[in-house]
Amino acid sequence: MRPNDRSYLKSHEWCKIDGDVATIGISDYAVSHLSDLVFLDLPNKGTNVTAGESFGEIESVKAVSDIYSPVSGDVLEVNKDLPDNLEWLSEDPFGKAWMLKVRVSGKSADLMSGTAYDAHCAAEG
Amino acid sequence: MRDTALKSVHASLGARIVPFSGWNMPVQYRGILDEARVVRGKAGLFDLGHMGRVRVRGPEAEAFLQKLQTNDASQILPGRIRYAMILNEQGITQDDILVYREPADWASKGKEFFVVINAGNAARDLEIMHRVAKGFDVRVEDQTEALGMIAIQGPLSQQITQRLTDADLASLKYYAWTRGTICGATMEISRTGYTGEDGFEIYTPQHLTTKVWDAFFASGRQDGLEPIGLGARDTLRHEAGMPLYGHEIDETTNPLEAGLDWAVKFTHDFVGRQALEVLQQNGGTGRKLVGITTVSKRCPRQGYEIHADGKRIGQVCSGNISPTLETNIATAYVRNEFAAPGTQLTFLVKDKHEPCTVTSLPFYKRSR
Repeated sequence: MRPNDRSYLKSHEWCKIDGDVATIGISDYAVSHLSDLVFLDLPNKGTNVTAGESFGEIESVKAVSDIYSPVSGDVLEVNKDLPDNLEWLSEDPFGKAWMLKVRVSGKSADLMSGTAYDAHCAAEG
Repeated sequence: MRDTALKSVHASLGARIVPFSGWNMPVQYRGILDEARVVRGKAGLFDLGHMGRVRVRGPEAEAFLQKLQTNDASQILPGRIRYAMILNEQGITQDDILVYREPADWASKGKEFFVVINAGNAARDLEIMHRVAKGFDVRVEDQTEALGMIAIQGPLSQQITQRLTDADLASLKYYAWTRGTICGATMEISRTGYTGEDGFEIYTPQHLTTKVWDAFFASGRQDGLEPIGLGARDTLRHEAGMPLYGHEIDETTNPLEAGLDWAVKFTHDFVGRQALEVLQQNGGTGRKLVGITTVSKRCPRQGYEIHADGKRIGQVCSGNISPTLETNIATAYVRNEFAAPGTQLTFLVKDKHEPCTVTSLPFYKRSR
């Protein structure tokens, strides 16, 4: 069971909204399927991100994957220590390995609950 | 999708299974980098059930192979193996293959052959082989279903394998093959592989594939033997400078620009020979396969552009994180004038140029 205090995209990003600030990251499922992470590229503070569009890239041994934003808005804060500590993504994907905090101006229409996301992951295998 | 005989074994080992060239194959068990290190340091076991396995029988087996492929089959000694390519009439690579000549003490007296082909090209290869075979007294027999194929690769391969068989492995040369008893049955053992390490490939009657796999672990667990997926296999072959069809060689490349001229012998009349000769007379294609290393955190990936002086001068074939060299490596086709080792180039990730350096291949060579 993944945390139900937040919402998820099918592409395996999560966002947790407190007031008008969304904290964004990727799920344990994404991390375990990427495996052997080697590089993470995150946007700078002040960048505008758009719901459903890529805001960064994560590279594993064999492939580069886009990371999609669950919300639209300006980036308030970046977890700038994360790219140098990629093991946090395996250790604590829903906590210490958050990626961005964004001032929310809009949300993806495709967000789902933790329960629905669990079912989605189970179906993907 | 086809499954190999080891399907349930992979499931019990917790492998991640992916579709590869029409087969469900294990891409990794524990992690690609760790698996690659195990093969360099100890030994790893690979399910190669997807590879195509073909017998070439009949009195004109050698003459047929001379027409089919680029190496000189008449120069392969009994019991020895050579790397070669199948081309089309335009000299373009259709597949890369291994050609095995049977040992002199087998029934054929060293006159018949065995060919190992890539899974992704197997259907086309067999079509080509059957077409070429029409001109010869030869039989092409697809044995992919009848035989299982398991590889053990890494410095401890010989000691692990020797515990399983009566065959004298110490005297088996690199790129040679023999028969030996494993699990009570006679099977074929070749000292070949796709990792740059010492090792063996075992061709077993299919019904014994699982038994042979288990026997390897019974013998090799004490030495640290582990199962290795296709992800690490790709990393290992790339470090060792070995081409992969669909990357360094494909329907747009010829063996000369790929640096595989050592496997092309103009001593015989093979399909594609004329086109290659014309190409050579005209000075080639103007491009060459090179190695690339980078100090960038980004890895050059297949399809990325290579630039020099603000101009696009090449494209990446394969990129990998190399656990052995502890850097990112790539192979790329670049224009000849930029192919000298040490040449400083850039590769393009999205719209950003990252620095890289041309380096000679292979990236890794084991000490013997």
